[in-house]
Amino acid sequence: MIGWRARNHPAYWAFLVHRLSGIALALFLPAHFLVLGQALRGEAALDGALRWTEVPLVKAAEVALVLLLAAHLAGGLRILALELLAWRGWQKSLAALAAGAAVAVGVTFALGVF
Amino acid sequence: MAATLQVRVWRGGAEGAFRGYEVPRRESQTVLDVVTYIQRRLDPALAYRFACRVGMCGSCAMTVNGKARWTCRTHVSKVAADGVLEIAPLANLPVIRDLVTDMREFFDKWARAKGEFVPTATRRDPPAAVRPATAARRAADAAIECIGCGVCYASCDVVAWNRDYLGPAALNRAWTLVNDVRDGALAARLAAVAGDAGCHACHTQMGCAERCPKQLVPTASIAGLKRAVGRAVLRGEI
Amino acid sequence: MSGDGMRGDAATLRAVRAQTMLWLAQRASAAVLALCVLVHLATMIYAVRGGLPAAEILGRTRGSAAWGAFYAVFVLAAALHAGIGLRAIATEWLGLRGKAREALVAAVALALAALGLRAVWAVVA
Ligand code: SF4
Ligand code: SF4
Ligand code: FES
Repeated sequence: MIGWRARNHPAYWAFLVHRLSGIALALFLPAHFLVLGQALRGEAALDGALRWTEVPLVKAAEVALVLLLAAHLAGGLRILALELLAWRGWQKSLAALAAGAAVAVGVTFALGVF
Repeated sequence: MAATLQVRVWRGGAEGAFRGYEVPRRESQTVLDVVTYIQRRLDPALAYRFACRVGMCGSCAMTVNGKARWTCRTHVSKVAADGVLEIAPLANLPVIRDLVTDMREFFDKWARAKGEFVPTATRRDPPAAVRPATAARRAADAAIECIGCGVCYASCDVVAWNRDYLGPAALNRAWTLVNDVRDGALAARLAAVAGDAGCHACHTQMGCAERCPKQLVPTASIAGLKRAVGRAVLRGEI
Repeated sequence: MSGDGMRGDAATLRAVRAQTMLWLAQRASAAVLALCVLVHLATMIYAVRGGLPAAEILGRTRGSAAWGAFYAVFVLAAALHAGIGLRAIATEWLGLRGKAREALVAAVALALAALGLRAVWAVVA
């Protein structure tokens, strides 16, 4: 197994962020769908479920999720570009761009909810 | 520059331990020089591998301070500014003894990736005219200088996580042949490098490209294979 | 040799073709999701200003065929994408291979698709 000294480079971090954010999003999706599914029992039921989003901890988790979604999107665009375009040499700027875009969206969302 | 280097070298097989040595620091010293000094002066039982000492044969790769490197062309000044060296065998390969790994699986995978040129002409035919400026030849040239050192293979997590994975070097080799207009085994080769054990297992981690001492970018070759295989499958060619 | 894709016969060819199709499906769904996620993020950043009342969400979605179609495509692409993504993770981090892995992947993708479409129905119908 290769160690962390060897893994410490931008593309590896990009991979790890992409994988972990993907896992987190896959775990979150069922909960998200179940909350919205409450609308089957009427507007009041959905409101009841959504009231949870007022709890500060849940709110923080939500911002984290949006950040993860943005990160996964940015990382995914990076992979699509690296795999589908014939490229050389600009992969590091792509990783940086991906991180930048993710943070920007997260911050915008955080400003909106708090 | 410190007068001596503190060197920890892996001794034993898969089960083993680091042993410490003090080696005099020299001008223009390479990591291979350090290992050779230890074997010649301090510990003749130390097993390691090298041949050309000029970066051509690909036999001297080891893990130096946690990263896979060709040791004959790695200067101590580049990797051990503080005078401390940790030298271990390459990762992802079985250790035979000390710094020597068993590279059979690495080369067997070249064969499995059909890394062998399949000629379409005989010696009675005139030599093929291959224009250097064509896109295919440029793609092949960009990947051709591999010395088979295994550094990329030892720097890829997918190799460790998926033991069937052909790995960056074998796939990079296949890509050079896919772009060789004289080769006659395109479909078979694309089928050999497709799927879970082949190019589509690569996650673009780029450990290979980060470490390749020849500055090749196997990731780019593998991406090329992904596209070529995808196209061939969609067209029903494999 | 162990694992899938090692035998040089028709079964191997079928397997690597299917695996290549999974890779293509993963990239195609990614492209669809990229568009959906951008729309979703924009809507969300706009929508959560001043709380998230159900009336506001439902007011936008109820009876809207356009939002319904959008979310249905979104859900199906996400289910496919998550399933294929988990397949790699099951292989590499959980050591799953063969039937066990494919069954897990299919179950996850189908469950996500079912829950997701139910949610779309809930907010649109
Ligand atoms: S691709 Fe580079 S790192 Fe890999 S075997 Fe060839 S020369 Fe060594
Ligand atoms: S780019 Fe692909 S082959 Fe190279 S180290 Fe990463 S996963 Fe391995
Ligand atoms: S000894 Fe030949 S490449 Fe290092």
